[in-house]
Amino acid sequence: MSFWTRELRATYAFVERNFNLVKRYWGWELVWITYSIVNSLAITFIGAGMEKISGQSVDTQFLILYLLVGTLIWSYLSVVFDSISEMITWERWEGTIEYTFMAPVSRSTHMIGTTLFAVAYGIFRTLITLGVVTFFFQINLEKANLAGAMLLLLIGSVSFIGFGIVAAVLPLLFSERGSQMTHVIEALLLLISGIYYPISVLPDWLQTVSMLSPATYVLDAMREAILHGKSTVELLPYAWPLLVMGVITIPFGLLVFGIVERFAKRTGRLKRSG
Amino acid sequence: MQVVGSDLKGVTLMSNVALNAQNVGKSFASEEPFIKRWRNRNGKRLAVNDVSFQVNRGEIYGVLGPNGSGKSTLIRCIATLLIPDAGYIEIFGHDIERDEMIVKRLINRVSVDAAFFKKLSAMENLLYAARLYSMDGLTARRKIREILGRLGIKELNQPLEHMSRGMQQKVAIARAFLSSPILLLLDEPTTGLDPRSKREVQEFVLEMRDQHDATVLLTTHDMDEADKLCDRVAIIDNGKIIAEDTPQGLKESIRHRIPQPTLEDVFMELTGKQLVVEQDLAKEVS
Ligand SMILES: Nc1ncnc2c1ncn2[C@@H]1O[C@H](COP(=O)(O)OP(=O)(O)OP(=O)(O)O)[C@@H](O)[C@H]1O
Ligand SMILES: [Mg+2]
Repeated sequence: MSFWTRELRATYAFVERNFNLVKRYWGWELVWITYSIVNSLAITFIGAGMEKISGQSVDTQFLILYLLVGTLIWSYLSVVFDSISEMITWERWEGTIEYTFMAPVSRSTHMIGTTLFAVAYGIFRTLITLGVVTFFFQINLEKANLAGAMLLLLIGSVSFIGFGIVAAVLPLLFSERGSQMTHVIEALLLLISGIYYPISVLPDWLQTVSMLSPATYVLDAMREAILHGKSTVELLPYAWPLLVMGVITIPFGLLVFGIVERFAKRTGRLKRSG
Repeated sequence: MQVVGSDLKGVTLMSNVALNAQNVGKSFASEEPFIKRWRNRNGKRLAVNDVSFQVNRGEIYGVLGPNGSGKSTLIRCIATLLIPDAGYIEIFGHDIERDEMIVKRLINRVSVDAAFFKKLSAMENLLYAARLYSMDGLTARRKIREILGRLGIKELNQPLEHMSRGMQQKVAIARAFLSSPILLLLDEPTTGLDPRSKREVQEFVLEMRDQHDATVLLTTHDMDEADKLCDRVAIIDNGKIIAEDTPQGLKESIRHRIPQPTLEDVFMELTGKQLVVEQDLAKEVS
């Protein structure tokens, strides 16, 4: 059997397993999807209410679309980020981690499998949210360059995957606090990436930090494509930083993960009991 | 029987010694600094202390010892789940650290706690395991039905959390057999099973050895089981091997004290001495 057949089958093992988990934990999934839909609606209604809040005339349509792009992209990126960063937490909780780590599967294959599912599942959930939200708001996408937006979103996923892998290390290092720490990383990304506001409103030093978040570029590109109808060629300047970040963070994440995995095996942190 | 240098699962076996452990040591950072007896000078707890042994191909090798004597730690080291602090371990001549991927394809392990995705069914859990060992879906499903059928498990599509502990343990055993390991690490595989299930599993272990060319490392607290299954037995206490022989040989060694010794007598004799020492120590501390 060739190396590639083996790794491909193992990749599919993770995709199928995660699919089965979503299926079996459908109750939880329903809760999360409902939560994310309600959340998106609440934020988008801020746009709808802005004229009343401020007592001045604003371009409500524009504002609604602006916030909607933010909330949908954030919901997508956080599903991708969560699925990857919770890879370890989840298996530790189920107690299967030793079995997965004992299998003859390279860590990159493990990550690729997890990531493929994460991206597919993120798209699925975001489309559902979008579907529901369109019932509530009049959304005009005539000007939007949706193909270009999709392309940039996929490129953006690559760099988010790298961040996810780095974050997945934390639960391996800290059995109990690890998963809370990944949520802190996520919250910071939400703050600095200009999800609901332009980053220019942030203090200077935070603006500098926001340059390091891939979500900043994804959001900018999305808004250019959807709100201003920029062509795909015009979106390319946003793609480069994302690609560079992906090319750096994914190998870096795998490297760190390898080091931490060895550390966990030296200090006995993989096991749960027995 | 395969010979040295032959190909199995696409791996060249470099030796007919299935498992070669030399001077293996493993300690953990102590979480209870006040309990003196578990500590050496660095505040570390020695779980496995300079352990050396060899298991030949086709043998069933038992490791017996009191709770906390280091059996599971030793097995985790062999299973590449822990990296030993000292010594080295070879599986069919492949070093477990240098040739980690090769070793992983040759081994599998069953632990006391049947660890599964609780909401997934037996079929879904085993399918995941089979794919990790690069089996295709069709072959895997067929093999899973076959093995679980033999072990008397008929509920393939119910979440595993609905199964009794003993049944989960059987599914765990099926998971290990599924990948046809040539070195099988069984950490108390029959703990928690009723007498009939226990016997089924024991027969399965023998069959793995006799018909599927597997070598087995087994820990158990059931002395009769060890006597029945094992070709050789090591007794481990406080992380050190204190005796190693055939069950018969071990029993012979205490015949001068006990006329009709069982393996349990051997266990009591050999690990009992340690108990006295520990109690003395405890007295000293208090
Ligand atoms: N991951 C770990 N972290 C810290 N200490 C550990 C770890 N694993 C084992 N130990 C310690 O090492 C010692 C040996 O434990 P081990 O589980 O190997 O014993 P055992 O012989 O398998 O016992 P039992 O018969 O109860 O299963 C114990 O003192 C245990 O607390
Ligand atoms: Mg044990």
